[in-house]
Amino acid sequence: MKKDRTAPVIEVKNLTCGYEETVLLQDLSFAVHAREVLFVIGGSGCGKSTLLRCLIGLLKPIHGDIAYFGKSFTAADIEQRRDILKTFGVLYQNNALWSSMTLAENISLPLEEHTSLSRADRAEIVALKLAEVGLAGSEDLYPSELSGGMQKRAALARALALDPAIVFFDEPSEGLDPVISREMDQLILQVRENFGTTMIIVSHQLSSIFRLADRVIMLNHEAKGIIAEGAPSELAATSTDPRVRDFLYQGKDLRKRPNGNFPGGSNLIKK
Amino acid sequence: MSKSQRLPVSTGEKAATAQLQAAAPNGECLLKIGGDWRLNEAVPSWSIVLDRQTAMNVRVVPEDLGNWDTSLVLFLAHCRAWCAESKSNFLAEALPENLQTLLGQVPVNGAAKPATKPSVTSKWEVGSLVALRWVFQVKQIVSFLGECALGFIGEAKNPRRFRWLDCLVEMQQCWASSLPMVSLVSFLVGVILAFQSAVQLQQFGAAIYVADLVGLSVVRELGPMMAAFIVAGGTGARFAAQLGNMKVDEEIDALETLGISSVNFLALPRLLAVTLMMPVLALYANVLGILGGMFVSATMLNIPASAYWIETQNRVSLPDVICGLFKCLFFGLAVGLAGCLRGMKCERSAAGVGTATSSAVVTGILLIVVADALFAVIFNVLGI
Repeated sequence: MKKDRTAPVIEVKNLTCGYEETVLLQDLSFAVHAREVLFVIGGSGCGKSTLLRCLIGLLKPIHGDIAYFGKSFTAADIEQRRDILKTFGVLYQNNALWSSMTLAENISLPLEEHTSLSRADRAEIVALKLAEVGLAGSEDLYPSELSGGMQKRAALARALALDPAIVFFDEPSEGLDPVISREMDQLILQVRENFGTTMIIVSHQLSSIFRLADRVIMLNHEAKGIIAEGAPSELAATSTDPRVRDFLYQGKDLRKRPNGNFPGGSNLIKK
Repeated sequence: MSKSQRLPVSTGEKAATAQLQAAAPNGECLLKIGGDWRLNEAVPSWSIVLDRQTAMNVRVVPEDLGNWDTSLVLFLAHCRAWCAESKSNFLAEALPENLQTLLGQVPVNGAAKPATKPSVTSKWEVGSLVALRWVFQVKQIVSFLGECALGFIGEAKNPRRFRWLDCLVEMQQCWASSLPMVSLVSFLVGVILAFQSAVQLQQFGAAIYVADLVGLSVVRELGPMMAAFIVAGGTGARFAAQLGNMKVDEEIDALETLGISSVNFLALPRLLAVTLMMPVLALYANVLGILGGMFVSATMLNIPASAYWIETQNRVSLPDVICGLFKCLFFGLAVGLAGCLRGMKCERSAAGVGTATSSAVVTGILLIVVADALFAVIFNVLGI
């Protein structure tokens, strides 16, 4: 697929999506450009994951169009759809590694399906991808033998198997400790630097948003659409919308120590 | 007028107390609360403290109040509710601030609940809902069958792409997991049939015909059916649980977003495996069933095994065996379809996997019986 550097990589036009009779997002339009790290943020239930499911083709939009490199994804036939699917990788919230396969088989499967590479070439690529995410030599391990952070890395290696132009991330830092989460962010940036990959990240981890995002779009449940768009630091500093300010507010120490002790770990409250 | 309740506590802490003091001239009652209030200890109850008293304003004051938890909040909420009901005032300004906050969070008239769908009461509505559900189920099975057929045509054009290894692994698992149960059940079915028929046939001195009866019913009906039921309960349920779990863990989504058809990748190898294994298991079940009948005849009816075998050979023809095994291909397909369909359409929760598994077994058995009934009619019409 020819990639025009000036045209947006993804263009969403008047997208309406939801489940059965419930419309979660209405008439949503935005574009993502090459090499951009775009965060989709918003409170729980605002439709972030629904938007992601629409973008990656797991949910049919009620109305509107999604185009990749200028070609419609919603109106694509099976072959065109397969071609578009090859251009992106997805890192799922639960990692979604195929549990009955080793890491090598997990990473090799997309190559097996979409390329005519020999077994030896595939094995080399698998080793390289695992090394890229810091899991060199783990080819023969099963997903259940890995820690949460390692599974995330392995899932990223699989998402990158076909060197996609776009990678979607669903809550990449979910369930990770701050150190691993920072390492994951670093890995994401490194991938962008090395391959010029466009990243769309659904998350509400403030630290990751401020570390990684070139731009954020903020969704809102009541508005059923985008209520703010821009660089996170800019939005935090200049937005007058209390919903945006509340979301991007880093918070202050909410603890108060009134007269008396709070017994640690107990539900008792002293007068 | 004064009523108090003081209860024993086990931990050496002060007992929780609540004391209601007589109404003052201004019509106010003092409710003194003190001690340690804990959910896992006995605490005073508002109805006992109140002791059938009539309307009055209640002012709550802490007196030597120690540690407290939700039990005190609930006690005060009961008191407040009583005040609201008897149109008197509940005055709680003297309580600690955090206790007042917690009390404020207890809804006065119960929390408003989100509106739920009105329940269906009319028998017509119930009937139409059940009918719609059945139509939906049939549509789902037919459309899945269509998807599988299309997938199969696609794979047939390029058989090298087919997941042969997965298919072989499934065949091996299907065989290994079903064999002990098929052996036992088929043998016992042969034994039961022989016993039941022997009682009647012996009266006419026709005990040798036990071999005919057992042979024919096992080969044409019971062998294939028993094997199919056992495979539906084992392999069908396993398919549903495996695929259901994959759905919950987004593994099926991951396949779809890679442009890999989950039907081709997951369902077809399983369908082919169970369809091919079913006749093999049924043939084995036939042999075991006949052996069961032979065992009863040899031990109880004094019919030598050789005579039993010759009688079986005379009565049971090759077309009988082929009819039974041919049906098994469809039974296998039914079990595989039910298992894969239920697994792939499973709800994304642990309970969903459980429901999908049991539903796969029920659907599998239902499809087997329906297919068998259809074959009975078809074979009858064809005179086979």
